[in-house]
Amino acid sequence: MRESLGCGHVLGHDAQPEGDAWMQTDQPIIRIRNLDKYYDAFQALKNINLDVHQGERIVICGPSGSGKSTLIRCINRLEEHSAGQVFVDGVELSDETRDIRAVRQEVGMVFQQFNLFPHLTVLENLTIGPIRVRKMSRPDAEAKARLYLDRVHIPEQADKYPAQLSGGQQQRVAIARSLCMEPRVMLFDEPTSALDPEMINEVLDVMVELAESGMTMICVTHEMGFARKVADRMVFMEKGEIIEVAPPAQFFTNPASARCRMFLDQILEH
Amino acid sequence: MAAATVDISPPRPQRRLTLRKLFASRSLSVALYALVLWLIVRTALTGAEAMGYDWQWYRIPGYLFSLTDDGFQLGEIGYGLLASLGLSGLSFLIAILLGLLVALLRLSGLVVGGAVALIFLEVVRNIPLLVLLYLFYYVLGPIFGLGRYGASILCLGVFHAALVSEIFRAGINSVARGQWEAASSIGMTRAQAYRHIILPQSVRFMLPPLTGELVNTVKSSAIVSVVGVAELTTVGRNIISETYLSFEIWFTVAAIYLVVTVCISAFASFLESRYAVSN
Repeated sequence: MRESLGCGHVLGHDAQPEGDAWMQTDQPIIRIRNLDKYYDAFQALKNINLDVHQGERIVICGPSGSGKSTLIRCINRLEEHSAGQVFVDGVELSDETRDIRAVRQEVGMVFQQFNLFPHLTVLENLTIGPIRVRKMSRPDAEAKARLYLDRVHIPEQADKYPAQLSGGQQQRVAIARSLCMEPRVMLFDEPTSALDPEMINEVLDVMVELAESGMTMICVTHEMGFARKVADRMVFMEKGEIIEVAPPAQFFTNPASARCRMFLDQILEH
Repeated sequence: MAAATVDISPPRPQRRLTLRKLFASRSLSVALYALVLWLIVRTALTGAEAMGYDWQWYRIPGYLFSLTDDGFQLGEIGYGLLASLGLSGLSFLIAILLGLLVALLRLSGLVVGGAVALIFLEVVRNIPLLVLLYLFYYVLGPIFGLGRYGASILCLGVFHAALVSEIFRAGINSVARGQWEAASSIGMTRAQAYRHIILPQSVRFMLPPLTGELVNTVKSSAIVSVVGVAELTTVGRNIISETYLSFEIWFTVAAIYLVVTVCISAFASFLESRYAVSN
């Protein structure tokens, strides 16, 4: 329904001088066209096409090594794609680093291994981006940081160091750190895979709340309960290709492809 | 399974273990050290006696410092020590700055930058320090108008910069890749990531080897005595040429170097333990 795959759109937008004009139209916030990614001879991504609209929640799943992480890392250019195009908010990702940094401020990323800054307190982890990158004043940044710490339910941990927190708390700090940059899109790269089972839910709860607040989200995860709850569309990948894109109701009950059905059987077995 | 585990540990390692235990025991090690030290000192003393060496230790304190009516005054060796410390300190400062620059160049990913850094490293590492000093003093000195002091400091700085840059490089590389990714994912520039994220974390990894390098700098500063810079070793040589107290003076000079370097190491391990706590 909202998926407009017309390529003419891309060119049309690129030519537009006004930054706001397209917002009225149904311009996707992320647009991936014919994306290929090679590691030397190995092709990690094959001809990926995907549009994500403002406010949409996408869950990407698939067997390990299927290119899920590589795909979302191409969206904020932690990986450089080999061919094709990636547009974020109308800006094409290229070697132009100034654009990349602007894009990265709009695209938050949550990593599997949290990647908090261990030498900084929780509060400093949250404020360093706004202060150094957004040039915000320290009091403003701290107020914002406390706001988001509150939203991830750990306001009392502000002055601790990451190593003093549990895995679940660390991941929530990492989510808050991304949110402090006020991104328009959030990418989640297997955010619960490194967590002990009893801590997974506290992170998922925060992600559900974030989804309910209207944030555009792209999540690589195997948490199918979460996917069922929040996803607008499920994306199934295998061997670097998108095999199937479907709304969760259809995806979980009646997937079109046999490979997808097999995968779901495997992970939903228990 | 049980039989297999029994088979794996034959009795032989156990016997070796007891021998090792014996050597590891504190009383035996102390006794061994004492014995070796005593043998060395005794041999030296009897040897010196056989030469008819006239020990005049009482003359040494005057060269270190004196307490007169005017109060505390440094002696020649005292001033030499200060000069050595100043020389090593300045050289090490140059080594740190230059070393950081070379390390960043090597890690920059720029082809030219990396090549320049690599050439610098290979050239400096593969020339003996003494020859490097002659190059700086006899060749670069006259060309660029460097005095003996300037040439010596620059030479030591450049020599140790090569080693320091490798320490920096290893320290920077030891910071997890995810830290770079986290920093760039919030839009930081490379410079910001280095300054706020990477370098503060790598200090912890660099501190022990950097201390070692500072100790090395203090020790290798003795070599500038060959071009006549007035520092500890030069002062020692000058005193000997006037007084022939060679045994006493060299023992003293060696002891002073030892005390300085041990102090540096002790201070570094204090710093390290503080860093460990705050992390």
